[in-house]
Amino acid sequence: MLLIHCPYCEEERSELEFRWAGEAHIARPENIAAISDEEFAEYFFLRNNEKGVTYERWRHIHGCGRFFNAARDTVSDKFLMTYKAGLPKQPIPAATKAEAIAEEKTVETWEQTEGDAR
Amino acid sequence: MSASSNSGAFRIKGAGRLTPARTARFTFDGKTYTALEGDTVASALLAHGVHLLGRSFKYHRPRGILSAGPEEPNALLDVSRDASRRQPNVRATVQEVFDGAKIASQNRWPSLKHDIGAFNDLLSPFFAAGFYYKTFMWPKEAWHKLYEPIIRRAAGLGEAPKEGDTDHYASRYEHCDVLIAGAGVAGLTAALSAAATGAKVILVDEQPEVGGALHFDSSTEIDGKNGFDWAQGVAAKLKAMPNVTVLNRTTVFGYYNHGFLGLAERVTDHLALPSKELPRERLWQVRAKKVILATGSIERHMVFANNDRPGIMLASAARTFLNHHGVAVGRAVAVYTAHDSAYEAAFDLKRAGIDVVAIIDNRQVSGEAVLAEARSLGIEVLLSHSVLDTAGRHRVSSITVARNGEKNSRKLKVDALLVSAGWTPSVHLFSQSRGKLRFDAESDRFLPDIYAQDCISVGACNGTDDLSTLIGEALSAGAEMAGHKGAASIDAIAFAGSNLYEWTGGMIGAAEGAGPDTAVKAFVDFQHDVTAKDIRLAVREGMHSIEHIKRFTTNGMASDQGKLSNMHGLAIASEMLGRPIPQVGLTTFRAPYTPVTYGTLVAHSRGELFDPARKTPMHHLEAAEGAEFEDVGNWKRAWYFPKRGEDMHAAVNRECKTVRDVGGVFDASTLGKIEVVGPDAAQFLNLLYTNAWDTLKPGKSRYGIMTREDGFIYDDGVVGRLAEDRFHVTTTTGGAPRVLQHMEDYLQTEFPDLKVWLTSTTEQWAVIAVQGPKARDIIAPFVEGLDISNEAFAHMSVAECTVMGVAARLFRVSFTGEVGFEVNVPADFGPAVWSAIWERAQSLGACLYGTETMHVLRAEKGYLIVGQDTDGTVTPDDAGYGWAVSKKKTDFVGIRGLKRPDLVRTGRKQLVGLLTKDPNEVLEEGGQIVADPNQPKPMTMLGHVTSSYWSENLGRSIAIALVAGGRDKMGQRLYVPMKDKVIEVEVTDVVFVDKEGGRING
Repeated sequence: MLLIHCPYCEEERSELEFRWAGEAHIARPENIAAISDEEFAEYFFLRNNEKGVTYERWRHIHGCGRFFNAARDTVSDKFLMTYKAGLPKQPIPAATKAEAIAEEKTVETWEQTEGDAR
Repeated sequence: MSASSNSGAFRIKGAGRLTPARTARFTFDGKTYTALEGDTVASALLAHGVHLLGRSFKYHRPRGILSAGPEEPNALLDVSRDASRRQPNVRATVQEVFDGAKIASQNRWPSLKHDIGAFNDLLSPFFAAGFYYKTFMWPKEAWHKLYEPIIRRAAGLGEAPKEGDTDHYASRYEHCDVLIAGAGVAGLTAALSAAATGAKVILVDEQPEVGGALHFDSSTEIDGKNGFDWAQGVAAKLKAMPNVTVLNRTTVFGYYNHGFLGLAERVTDHLALPSKELPRERLWQVRAKKVILATGSIERHMVFANNDRPGIMLASAARTFLNHHGVAVGRAVAVYTAHDSAYEAAFDLKRAGIDVVAIIDNRQVSGEAVLAEARSLGIEVLLSHSVLDTAGRHRVSSITVARNGEKNSRKLKVDALLVSAGWTPSVHLFSQSRGKLRFDAESDRFLPDIYAQDCISVGACNGTDDLSTLIGEALSAGAEMAGHKGAASIDAIAFAGSNLYEWTGGMIGAAEGAGPDTAVKAFVDFQHDVTAKDIRLAVREGMHSIEHIKRFTTNGMASDQGKLSNMHGLAIASEMLGRPIPQVGLTTFRAPYTPVTYGTLVAHSRGELFDPARKTPMHHLEAAEGAEFEDVGNWKRAWYFPKRGEDMHAAVNRECKTVRDVGGVFDASTLGKIEVVGPDAAQFLNLLYTNAWDTLKPGKSRYGIMTREDGFIYDDGVVGRLAEDRFHVTTTTGGAPRVLQHMEDYLQTEFPDLKVWLTSTTEQWAVIAVQGPKARDIIAPFVEGLDISNEAFAHMSVAECTVMGVAARLFRVSFTGEVGFEVNVPADFGPAVWSAIWERAQSLGACLYGTETMHVLRAEKGYLIVGQDTDGTVTPDDAGYGWAVSKKKTDFVGIRGLKRPDLVRTGRKQLVGLLTKDPNEVLEEGGQIVADPNQPKPMTMLGHVTSSYWSENLGRSIAIALVAGGRDKMGQRLYVPMKDKVIEVEVTDVVFVDKEGGRING
């Protein structure tokens, strides 16, 4: 079970207290009523579903109740950082990123196991 | 007869650590035996010369006890106190004997000695690996009805208990600085140095007492003491320290992310009369800052022909039974080994007066010291020899021995054979922590390499064999993990240890006589009956990845998870593939390390606590009135109130009539309620609902529809404005949590500048709905300080007032189409107000009604139920609520989604009414609707029935449906094809009763 740092409580708490809330940094367009169908599709339907470092929202639902942003590596499940809602996308320090990539290598992926058999 | 002879003829006087005077009696397959306290079931049965304990999984071969620990694959038994406290597949080597235990063998019929299933052994050529996959392919139907039931009966192990478990289980969370898994020499040493720093330490060991390998290893001295005695002294010292928790009989079964570990503590399984207060088992969920893995190693068996007979066991197991339990595993014992450690088993037995027939060592060279000791004890050592076969029906009676590479063999009479192919480090938890292993070709073992978490391996699980090195390693690991690096901190507690012999040797894979050119049954995995031949067959049939070989043969897939078999299987596959072991790979170790009962994992979450029911404040009063309840989400809602002799249909018909003719009282407390407060509250609701709220005057309420950005209906409910800055929002019963989450999401992240506060108030208010022509008359005497006449308090009014002296919120609102009020009082006052209102309502001829009547009455009025008449693809306009979407607002959630081409096109499915041609025919909800019932399949489906009821008020059936272009089809004939008939319907308006809507304003 993951430990997640809530940037509002400023504490690491168990994953049990949190709920995932989708990809981060997708702002609702100010002029939403005027945007094109393509722009609306991009805003509402399309998500990146990236493998590796991804930015997403979490809510400390059984704690302070706040939504916040997090950078997580979807391969290793490692949280690289969390920060308050409303802040711009935070760059990941090079050292943290290197650590995350190193940790990815310890993960048993399909490529590493079943994939070998091909 | 003395107590010691009572406890078994194979009990050796003066041997072992158990107290002869303390006995316990148990039965095995109906026969009573006496054991000593501290015996495992295995040691107790061996003491009586009982070796045959079960039948194997596939071939029903006789099986005995292979090990003395949790790795045991063979000796699985059924252990019970009574019918409801019975557990199958218990390892005889783990279960401690308690007085009164009822123990039975498994997977045999009619008896353990005469098992009809043993016939499978003769048919074994047909039961090779992959046999099930290849043989039972067709006919498809036969799998379910014929093959699977027969295979399941023949194969398999214990039988699951049929009665509910009467034991209870506990669960707790814990945090610590350092968790140490394993209390052998390494774990105890690390615990000492970690604890000395003052760090919070948890030391966990799966056995009843600490010591690990010191249970059997009698030749180790530490700190000037016998190893086992030293261990008990250390444990006592640690237990006395306030910063240390020592958990015995506790298994670290899982190592998860971020230092999170799962521990299963067996609290009462060893007690004859456990106190009812005690849980049987306790789940510990520990978050450890650092972890020290001191999990030791597990001895491997030798892979040779017929290596599975009862009486053949690991050398270390025989030493445990002798040195700890005081039991000799035979009277004429041979040793077959590729490792020095097994020599010590021969020495111990010989010194205890047991005849050691020979040590057969398949190596050309053994350790010098052990060889010398064997000679001085007069034990025959056959180097470069192998055991080629064994004989004996229910227990090994002889072994066939030959010099390696030679044909001439001789038979030795034995009643036990001790085997050892060396030791496999227990890297399970390390691997679970996602650490990466490396293969050490020199010692033929996988060792920890790259760590993924804050943990460290010490001792045998780290490949550290030498005792002095091991102690040093554990001392520094303990200090380092507790945050104190450097030698100074550990000097104070350092101590020395010594072994009599340095061990060498070890092999993996098939031994002499079980090679690729043979067809013998040389078992690799005892529990799943996988032989060396099966693994070779898998490779020949094209399985080249160890993951595929494992699944094809099921090697390592039994409940012992291949603790003994994985390395042998891998070596045999590697040989067949002609590739080195690291390239063949190792299957991943997964939690749990050993089986964990469901009881432990579930703990309190069963029965009523599994998914706790939510009950309204008036629940007990409704139950007393005879209510039947239905589940709505987690809520229990009164469904209908049958009178004597009434079925549901009759009760609902009576309730429906009574509400429209007189009045009814309904518990609406489950409605979701959210208090929206703040200077920007109206602006916020404008953004969250399709309606306009700034135009709503305080003291008035309005029906609102909430859409998501995609424009589809998400929730609905009546919102009352109590003041300029205060709204009482109601949601659907099931929708309250997600609506609040949805509101919080927008408030916090999209509209953070709005000054609004959201509070869930669902449980704060008891809601008593009073509906019907006499509704006002019913509540009038109780309402204080408010004129509720139709003129002063018209439909859709809301006010704060007092009801029976209690601060209340009164809504004039209707979900029946009749005059209606909803009385909101603080939940604690709900029962009192309900009782008073119901007493008066009853005297005026009104009734109590439940959710079924509520559904019928609202359907008669065509009122929508979100989630029943809508399904996440329905827009407000589709539902006929286009009027609720403000045309003036420049923004609200869903404004853009509603303009999407597909949402504005013609021909969308719309909610309409349906009347069956036969008024007595009630449609089935979900029934599909077509225009031409004679169209060949697949037919063009226009939509489906969403709500359908018998309306007693109309004397006919009514239905609501989603129909493509429905509002343009008024009066048209459509059809609902059913399995046995086609039902003709007419499309109508969705309002069936009081189309003009006059009654609501009465």
